[in-house]
Amino acid sequence: MEPLNSHASTMTRRDAFRLSAGLGLSFLLPAIDLKAAEKRGSERQKSVIVVWLAGGPSQLETWDPHPGTKIGGPTQSLSTKIPGIDIASLFPQTAEQIHHLNIIRSLTSKEGDHERGTYMLKTGYRPDPTTLHPSLGAIITQQAPNSNLEIPQHVSFGDGQWPARGGYLGDQYDAFRIYDPGNGLNNMSTRVDKPRQKRRLGNLEVISQAFEPNRRPAASQSLHRKTLDDALTMMSSEQLEAFKTDDEPETLKKSYGDSRLGRGCLVARRLVESGVRAIEVSMTGFDTHANNYEGMQTQAEILDPGLSTLIRDLKERDLLDSTVVMCLGEFGRTPKINPLDGRDHWPTGFSCLLGGGGLKSGIVIGETDPNGDQKDPKDPIPVENLFSTVLHQLGIDYQQELITPIGRPMALAQGELIQQLL
Amino acid sequence: MKKLRIILSPLIVVLLISIMVGMTIRPGADPAPLPSSIPDVDDFQSIGDTVNEELRLRRKSAGLGELQPASDLTVLRRLSLSLHGTIPSLEEIRQFESVQQSSSHSKPDLITRWTERLLTDSRFSDYFAERLARSLVGTDGGQFVVYRRDRFVDWLAEQLEARRPWHDITRDVIADKGLWTGKPAVNFITAGIAGDDLDHEELTGKTVRAFLGQRIDCAQCHDHPFDDWKQSDFEGLAAFYGQVNLTLVGIEDKPSLEYEVEDRLSLETRQVDPAVPFGLEWLPEQGSRRQQLAGWITHKENRRFSRAIANRIWALMLGAPYYTNISVDDLPDPPENPDLLDMLADDFREHNYDLRRLVRVITATDLFRSSSQSSAETEQEYAIHKEYWGVFPMTRLRPEQLIGSMLQSSSIKTIDQNSHLLFRAMRFFREQDFVRDYGDLGPDELDQRSGTITQALLRMNGNLTKELIEANPFNSTGRVANFSDNDRECIDNSYLVCLTRHPTANEMAYFENQLAELNGKQRTQAVVDLYWSLFNSLEFSWNH
Repeated sequence: MEPLNSHASTMTRRDAFRLSAGLGLSFLLPAIDLKAAEKRGSERQKSVIVVWLAGGPSQLETWDPHPGTKIGGPTQSLSTKIPGIDIASLFPQTAEQIHHLNIIRSLTSKEGDHERGTYMLKTGYRPDPTTLHPSLGAIITQQAPNSNLEIPQHVSFGDGQWPARGGYLGDQYDAFRIYDPGNGLNNMSTRVDKPRQKRRLGNLEVISQAFEPNRRPAASQSLHRKTLDDALTMMSSEQLEAFKTDDEPETLKKSYGDSRLGRGCLVARRLVESGVRAIEVSMTGFDTHANNYEGMQTQAEILDPGLSTLIRDLKERDLLDSTVVMCLGEFGRTPKINPLDGRDHWPTGFSCLLGGGGLKSGIVIGETDPNGDQKDPKDPIPVENLFSTVLHQLGIDYQQELITPIGRPMALAQGELIQQLL
Repeated sequence: MKKLRIILSPLIVVLLISIMVGMTIRPGADPAPLPSSIPDVDDFQSIGDTVNEELRLRRKSAGLGELQPASDLTVLRRLSLSLHGTIPSLEEIRQFESVQQSSSHSKPDLITRWTERLLTDSRFSDYFAERLARSLVGTDGGQFVVYRRDRFVDWLAEQLEARRPWHDITRDVIADKGLWTGKPAVNFITAGIAGDDLDHEELTGKTVRAFLGQRIDCAQCHDHPFDDWKQSDFEGLAAFYGQVNLTLVGIEDKPSLEYEVEDRLSLETRQVDPAVPFGLEWLPEQGSRRQQLAGWITHKENRRFSRAIANRIWALMLGAPYYTNISVDDLPDPPENPDLLDMLADDFREHNYDLRRLVRVITATDLFRSSSQSSAETEQEYAIHKEYWGVFPMTRLRPEQLIGSMLQSSSIKTIDQNSHLLFRAMRFFREQDFVRDYGDLGPDELDQRSGTITQALLRMNGNLTKELIEANPFNSTGRVANFSDNDRECIDNSYLVCLTRHPTANEMAYFENQLAELNGKQRTQAVVDLYWSLFNSLEFSWNH
């Protein structure tokens, strides 16, 4: 027999909120679990921050420079706190923090088109006409949701063209998009007083009762009601403070940089503190088919402060052990410099940063040919392995198979673990 | 500048609505009359029957029964949304209902005649030009120096208005020469210019997606993993664009140019000659390389060409491509036995590639006129109903349809060509931000999506909602609240304006009760709140 209190025990905070709000009893709400925000180190439930470099960042101008070779271009190198390891001199601040993460210089994929490459590097699967795979953030929020959260669990900053999606898990796992982070959120307050808002919502109920009969599956799939309820919950949540940066010290804000990326990284840290599971901070402009070097210089001036401050800030707040940080784009760029001083798409032997969340640190995996003659890198890491490793690190059974809407079983990730990092 | 815009735009919106409505409430020209004769009406009803039979067999194969017809007003709403990107005005609904009563048994039927009227309206050309432009040039701004998207869309609208056949439009788009301002068709080419160079590969992928409805982009780097496209096919097609030359007088063809690619593995450069992956006999011997490519693509035996546009127009009318699980531009190779797309494609070709004809045929089907209600009780069952077209699928309004509907709801009169410039000015100030915040899918706009929290917030609390529904003497909220004869009429008008239907008895009773005790400002507020609730209903923001 079902225990009598079964309903109460499965009732989430959100249900309680809705119920009490309906009865005008919102003062009965339990306070937000401050302890959850206070937990530090490995006690915390883990989150992931992906710093997404849209367009395909050049590995030679970031984490895998080859100065003085025929493929190196004008880029110089700079030593890091990882003994014997240099990165491009465009990233002096990151060089001071990079030992907290790891460098992979031998990622391989088979997708050299922006849309397909983005799909691959956001989901761990190649595009497949019969199914839409979920992004890493969607898998994490579906598998390890934070039930105390009244703000979205999966957030994407910036104006990247293909934000992280829920795929076959459903559109409710799509990232909540914010184009210009750091200035709070728009459209968060009602335009009328409480009695009128109550009347409006009551009307809505009457209108949907007329429309929904014989359309229930479509209505439920539309997520119309769910998104409305979620929006109402969010509008009155104290957790919205996480999206603002007013109370952050000016020096810290300055250190992150007053750019979309910098503000995005700062808010990402605040969201991690509030318990948001997956955050994507996007920066565009890495598709440097022409004038690669100048282009990367401009990009680095924005990325270097934002990324390095993020790593440092997480570390100083003892959040890095519970936060996986990944920095990558859809592919790298050709060793060969084209006639426009640019580099073209290169899905073989490109680089990313990965670390935190309890992974080892200061490790460099893989090596590319300094002369660009050998296409394949040493110790190649298929892109798929990133996904298995991150999910595993978050305590999610990455080999678990879910049944997709077309009835096909599909593993959450199809790669192997990157043992060097565990 | 930005500040100025922020200050000015709400003022301008209010001003524009006032002028717009002020203009339209003057006794002016009567609404456009309903056409009494329609080209080839018997003929397209016969292809309609063929398509109905094919759809019946498809339903039967999944064990699904007959379609339930939708009400005329529901079909009217669908027609306006898919052909003009907005819901019908109260004025149009009144006209429709008056004709409905007087001509219930006339032939051709009222929906067919109404469709014809919408197709004759220049709003159709404008709206479809933008939809087609998305498949041809996407939504990005490109390089202003060589690319003018606005010119391209205007040009497309002119072609549609002049009823130019699709294969002629296609030929211009692929092979025209000249400046992007004077010969706007060439913007299809110049949209693909990055730096000073033409991105042949991007252009080739786009050409195949837009005109053949297939994707060969990945054959750019390797043989296609699922279909028969080889990397050499891709390069051969790209070579047709190999003589495109960007000059001071615009896009030209320079016969001395050759197309060269750099091998991705060996990094060596090699020359590639133009070649087609199939249908070699369709390739014209004369003309520039681009003219040859255009001739090959539009050749009457190239089934992919007509299938692709049939599938796209189907998706625009019904909310999803015919093969619902596959993107509109990712069709499988044409099957041996003709499928529904071939039936539509053959008819389209036989009628001189007339896009309006294709629309007429689709709107004449039982499916287009069927209800979005179904017997499906679970999401799985509903998925089958959708896949086998056992129901008119519910689809989220695209941002431009939603903003169009919200704007139309704020006026009693039709916002059309008479108010067109003003309407466009208002859209200019409001649409960009709204569409961005609502989430524009750009060229992927025919993908099926659910609602999002951001959208809910925007509809509930956004500026546009507030501006449009706040009652004033000119907008529909103000007029419905103050000039309806009684509460019942006020409620009825609100429903017609926003949802294109009458309220149910239950709804009528509920809102009559609500308004009964109120007077003056309080009553007006209640009507504003009713509008707000209608705007925020599932029914308003979805096509059904």
